[in-house]
Amino acid sequence: MPAELYLNVAVAGILTGLVYGLMALGLSVIFGVVRVVNFAHGEMMTIAMYVAVTLFSAFHLDPLVMMVPIAAVLFAFGYVLQKGLINPFITRPEHSQFLLLVAIAIIIVNVLLILYGPDAQNVQTSYAYDSFQIGPLIVDATKAYAGLAAIVVAAALFSFFQYSTVGTAIRACADNYTGALVVGLDVKHLYALTFGLGAACVGAAGTILLLIFDVTPATGPAYTLLAFVIVITGGLGSMPGALIGGVLIGLTEAMAGLLFTPSAKSMFSFGVLVLVLLFRPQGIMGKRAA
Amino acid sequence: MSALLTVDNISKRFRGLVAVDRLSFEVSEGGIFAVIGPNGAGKTTLFNMIAGVFAPDNGAITFASERIDGLSPDQVCRRGIGRTFQIVRPFPALTVEDNVIVGALLHRSHVNDARAHALDVLRRLDLYDKRAQRASALTLPDRKRLEVARALATDPKLLLLDEVMAGLRPTETDRMVAILKELNRETGLTILLIEHVMRAVMALASRILVLHHGAAIAEGEPSAVVRDPAVIHSYLGAEDIA
Amino acid sequence: MIARLTDGVSGRALVLLAMLLAAAIAAPLFAGDYLLTVLILIFYFAYVGQAWNIMMGFAGQLSLGHALYVGLGAYTAAALYVHFGIGPWIGLLVAVPIAALAGAFVGFLAFRFKVSGVYFAILTIAVAEFARVGFDHLSWTAGSSGLFLPVKRNAGNDLWLLRGSPTMFYYVLLTATVLAFLGCRSLLKSRIGYFWLAIREDEQAARAAGIDTFRYKMVAVVISSAMTSFAGVIYAFYYNNLFPEQVFHISRSIEIILAPIVGGIGTLFGPVLGAFILTGLAETLTSTLAAVGIDLPGAKQVFYGICLLLVIMALPDGVWPWLSRRIGIKERGQ
Repeated sequence: MPAELYLNVAVAGILTGLVYGLMALGLSVIFGVVRVVNFAHGEMMTIAMYVAVTLFSAFHLDPLVMMVPIAAVLFAFGYVLQKGLINPFITRPEHSQFLLLVAIAIIIVNVLLILYGPDAQNVQTSYAYDSFQIGPLIVDATKAYAGLAAIVVAAALFSFFQYSTVGTAIRACADNYTGALVVGLDVKHLYALTFGLGAACVGAAGTILLLIFDVTPATGPAYTLLAFVIVITGGLGSMPGALIGGVLIGLTEAMAGLLFTPSAKSMFSFGVLVLVLLFRPQGIMGKRAA
Repeated sequence: MSALLTVDNISKRFRGLVAVDRLSFEVSEGGIFAVIGPNGAGKTTLFNMIAGVFAPDNGAITFASERIDGLSPDQVCRRGIGRTFQIVRPFPALTVEDNVIVGALLHRSHVNDARAHALDVLRRLDLYDKRAQRASALTLPDRKRLEVARALATDPKLLLLDEVMAGLRPTETDRMVAILKELNRETGLTILLIEHVMRAVMALASRILVLHHGAAIAEGEPSAVVRDPAVIHSYLGAEDIA
Repeated sequence: MIARLTDGVSGRALVLLAMLLAAAIAAPLFAGDYLLTVLILIFYFAYVGQAWNIMMGFAGQLSLGHALYVGLGAYTAAALYVHFGIGPWIGLLVAVPIAALAGAFVGFLAFRFKVSGVYFAILTIAVAEFARVGFDHLSWTAGSSGLFLPVKRNAGNDLWLLRGSPTMFYYVLLTATVLAFLGCRSLLKSRIGYFWLAIREDEQAARAAGIDTFRYKMVAVVISSAMTSFAGVIYAFYYNNLFPEQVFHISRSIEIILAPIVGGIGTLFGPVLGAFILTGLAETLTSTLAAVGIDLPGAKQVFYGICLLLVIMALPDGVWPWLSRRIGIKERGQ
């Protein structure tokens, strides 16, 4: 196969990977701070995707434009979910928390199934079939915009955590729960805020992803799994790790799809996951747990 | 008296911090050996090396003429060393009796045999009447005795007690001391204990080792050790300990 | 032998159990066709829930990929039947070791490399998914187009080939559930049962008491996976068609864990009670909706999700511990 083909597929994979990374970023933020393993992550993303689909078919609003409002909606959803339902579970055993989110995930997937049916839905933007040409490289417009949007949102999130007061407070909670309480931080509120931010991430990622992929209720669990693969590969709790992991997985999937059969590409992601869990459980960027 | 446990020049570093520094000592069979010293002196690290939680960086630990450094905790226990934890770890959902049966099953294949032995141990530790209670419902002193009972049920030759008196009132401390003394006297069980409660140490120990910054600063008979100026300076304080 | 079986069980409990067992044996005489299929489902989940419970409730390892063992059992027995005409009970002799090996593999990976808790759960999901996609591409078992078992159109019940009426399958699953129950009870009272409970309660403390935790966790995983594969064999011969997408899907794995969680992890009655509650109520829901003319695919699952949510929030130990306190029957290790 010609070298250009590899290059194009690789670039497409990287751009898609950036969006995956944004999705995984949400998961990483939630785990890094609230220490809850959000098993409903992909399902939350499908909510965003369906909202975008509905808005597009009703009002023809471009997903990129709706990205911010939908992220806001998901933020509210995440905030309420954490404060209302998940918070009492912080001190419960790990598998209890996990199963709580499994339950939420089941409910979300099937409510969506009831509301929208099992058929795939997508959005056809005006630029759906456009592409850019840079030398030998041909890049889909949708993927290019998607990748760019993902970077913008991720950058916004990074700067929030690095430079804002609230962001610093959240990082304090992550570092030392009791210490944060002792200095008077409203940890419950900050946790809910963080979960909301993670949900917002996933809301933005979902809206963007709609440019590239269709949505069905079943994609929820598939993306949850993918988010876990990425986050564990990149390092649970590491924000740069989530993005790096996302790009890596996007690339792996694209190349596996090219070199083997497209339907087997998730096998490679899972293979990577198993290898990481066994040999470097802290991931690429994570620190070894005590 | 032959040496049951020999610690020979062991050291342990944790990323730049020397927790235990070229430590050597022997514990004779049938004796009660106490390890004392300020917090951070390396006592629990020493215990963890003997019990197999991690291996020493160098040196050797010999028990009943066999090298045990580097073995896993369950292997060490099977060789005959029982241990308690500083922060007690009972099996919360199981009854007191079942907790001890778990220990007794180590060297017994039938549950009924294990139960008989467990009940004996419970009587000795004054827990027989509470045998049907859930471990999570016990008070701290009872949990401490349960911890000892469980370790004892594994038929150890050497019992490692990690601050077993911590948090006990004086009467409870005396009770525990009496039980341990009786065990040592009647069964010849060798005991190695880490302790801060000097009342218990002086009542029990036939020999004391004092650690400071991971190294031994004194070892010997209790009366001599507590008068040692280095020990008084680093740990005991200049008080009259008659 | 009866004395050994009933040792430690109160008179009340025995009477209750005897009554329930009698009702279960007599059920096909009174139940209509639909109710019979519901009962088959109930005992299927009761059986497979008990198998899963050994890993989670006894040894404390959360497996979210148990569909792997169902699938391996189902596909092995089905493929042997389709390609060589080998009956399911012989096929079982091949299916069980294969599933046990898969369980040992997962267990070894996890325990040797200290993968535990949530990470272990994710590992089990990944392995099951790997199998799902893998079997999609396995031509010997017809890949994603599905493996179909030939169905004989005669009136008789062939127990050897598991070809026959639902009633036959009902009794097979009922027997399996009862045997599994007795087996689990006996395991729990034995030395290994004590060690498992210790590992579940506090693995470090268990090691300090001399227990080789790696070994006993492996035993739990192998027994659990082997037992589960039997359910897979029944699944294959009952439904007569297998698709990797369905058999290995994570929804199957989640269905498997629901009954024991709702009923009570780590208890003996929990998985059985949970199966009755969940499947019973879910089917009532579906048939009520159908009677009113509403067909909502997904309604049953939403119901499962809500049940799981309620149980996790209000009765985290499950319904059985709560119920057993009310009716005065207790199990050891509760």
